[in-house]
Amino acid sequence: MTLLTTVFAAVICTVIWYRSAPQSDMKVGALCWMYWGASIMWLVDAIFEYAELGAEYFSPSPVDMLNDFFLGLSVVAFGMIIWLIILLAKDPKGVVKAILLKKSAKREVQP
Amino acid sequence: MACFLVPAAEAVITSVVAKAVKSKEKEEIINISLPDGSIEEVAKTPFSKKLGWLNKLLWGGSALLAFEHVWHGEVVPFFPFLTAVKDGETTEMLAEMSSAGVIMAVLVTVVWVGMLVVSSAVEKRALRSSEFTKEGVQT
Repeated sequence: MTLLTTVFAAVICTVIWYRSAPQSDMKVGALCWMYWGASIMWLVDAIFEYAELGAEYFSPSPVDMLNDFFLGLSVVAFGMIIWLIILLAKDPKGVVKAILLKKSAKREVQP
Repeated sequence: MACFLVPAAEAVITSVVAKAVKSKEKEEIINISLPDGSIEEVAKTPFSKKLGWLNKLLWGGSALLAFEHVWHGEVVPFFPFLTAVKDGETTEMLAEMSSAGVIMAVLVTVVWVGMLVVSSAVEKRALRSSEFTKEGVQT
């Protein structure tokens, strides 16, 4: 379920990225890389689990599914927080810079 | 247990390599003729940028997997940071790293190599079509 949640997040982010490409004002590409990277790694985990459990892997208990879905959503949220930090740090639209420069300009005018 | 450490280690290496490659790299600019007779300068995607794709896949994936390990209590915020080491399961942890961890790193790299092949084919096709246009203009 975690893998499935991350794959869905990766696909949605890739579609959003493609719609705004080649401009990358919102740095959605960073989210795509993160979710695709994690999806590939969890795919390996899933293969190992399938090798261990066999067909049982595809019929998890509802509690396990809910827990894994909760984890998947948390992972997606964590990825979005990382993306937000990257967006504000790189500030491609110059919004943060403009706010900071405005304040410092005001300070210069005051004395 | 700690499988994400293998792709994270690869990410450290590829990040260093990408920086080294970028410092030595020169931008490759190609002039292509457009149907209207004008010439447009096109820069080929440098290898350091392509290596950056691998970095992002590895760093991003490792970060999210690290979060999952924290979630399951396999990584803790105090020394020795890994529950397996604390519980004396180091051998099992290393076995998992050498199996699942290595396969994760290899699969991500294989996917990246696939991306390189596709991007190179797309670049070649775009250049070939521009050459065709050039010929078309000349004749």
